[in-house]
Amino acid sequence: MSTIRTRMGDGYVVELTPDELRADLQAGCADAVKRGKVPPLEEAEFDWLYELFAYKGRIVGVEPGHEVILTKDGSVNTLYSAQLSSGVGLPLSREQCMRVFERAFCFDTMEVGHPDYSYKPVKPIVALEAVGVEQALLTTIFPVFYGAMPNFGLYAQPDGPFPNPADLLPRGQIEEARAAQMEMAAACKADMLYVARHMAAVGADGINFDTTASAGDAEFLATLETVEELAATTDLAIEVGMAAEFVLGFHGELAYKGTRLAGLWPHQQVKVVEQAGAHLFGPVVNTNSRRSTPWNVARAVTLVKECSRVAEIPIHANVGMGVGGVPMFEVPPPDVLTRCSAAMVEIGRVDGL
Amino acid sequence: MSISHALASGMGGIRTTGDLVARMQLRKKMRLPQAKQYVADKLKIGLDDLADSTVMRTLREELDIGVITAVPGARKGIAAKRNIAELLDVEVPCLRRL
Repeated sequence: MSTIRTRMGDGYVVELTPDELRADLQAGCADAVKRGKVPPLEEAEFDWLYELFAYKGRIVGVEPGHEVILTKDGSVNTLYSAQLSSGVGLPLSREQCMRVFERAFCFDTMEVGHPDYSYKPVKPIVALEAVGVEQALLTTIFPVFYGAMPNFGLYAQPDGPFPNPADLLPRGQIEEARAAQMEMAAACKADMLYVARHMAAVGADGINFDTTASAGDAEFLATLETVEELAATTDLAIEVGMAAEFVLGFHGELAYKGTRLAGLWPHQQVKVVEQAGAHLFGPVVNTNSRRSTPWNVARAVTLVKECSRVAEIPIHANVGMGVGGVPMFEVPPPDVLTRCSAAMVEIGRVDGL
Repeated sequence: MSISHALASGMGGIRTTGDLVARMQLRKKMRLPQAKQYVADKLKIGLDDLADSTVMRTLREELDIGVITAVPGARKGIAAKRNIAELLDVEVPCLRRL
């Protein structure tokens, strides 16, 4: 019996029989349905995914006319930075890298970001970052964002000033942990607003909050409140990209405009992000490295399809390393990466990646 | 990884109309079909032409909204964005600084 060459969620090659491929697609979808409480894929969509993975060609793409818009978190760090950003260490400046992404890679948008890609370390050097954005705006044609992560963990000891909730919770100090998270949220919000306003002042097209809710619901709340204030007071386009598929209830009792934040899935996350006033939403579905890529892709597009269906703002699904069905490996292989890309567009019905 | 996504699914940026469609998402929160239709209408082209680099290379030079190859005299950078703002009737924030 001939087998189908694909990969596992860790990036290593695996050979599946046709029946195993179909079973993995069904099982991945079923897992999404169970966990996210979303509708399953249709039979025709399973057939499409089967053909996608059974096709022997290395590289696939969307149908002509179905192309989407690309935004990118992590800025141009992938070119000039080091392994910390999956960077390839090219001796190029950020300005040069922006031009490479515009003219050689033909991206639709790009962002300027700092190598230490978080709002807290950017705040003291915001003048340098703003000049970088200004110079990019002068010389490029495509929309230019400024991007960074809320990165809540930087505000807790030993990296930050506040008591660490991860230390308090195992000691049963629940209220102290919640209080610490609220102090962290206020500081994080202040930093994000400070940086974003500088970018608005120099004429940036947008601001990106990457890996939002990485530390759970308090970080999500800080970001939503930041988005709300920026949407009301600046003309920045605001992109909110998530960190994970599910908002952890590290605090557990936080709500935004009446919606409890802990436990939200992508189709629910997008609604609070819309309420806050954001322009783009980037859902995440985490890759399970012990499952096959077909399993992961079916699961990812099932969750994102529902998110796209209910959304009123553009959806730019995350399809980087370890998310959106993409294998969790430093150098994601293009044979499955292009399949993740096409599936997210054709089945996930996203407006961008 | 970026190049893989660009080739598999991307509109093509200034090679085609990707930057223009992106602006409609950013400024007006348009979903993709609406953003594509808006740009197609403004450029007076069909939807199929939006990601066609053969069509758009010539049209972008005619409209002077920036082309992918380095053509002497063609508008670049912020100068091209001024024409884009007029063409699409959309705000480009950095133009306020001029």
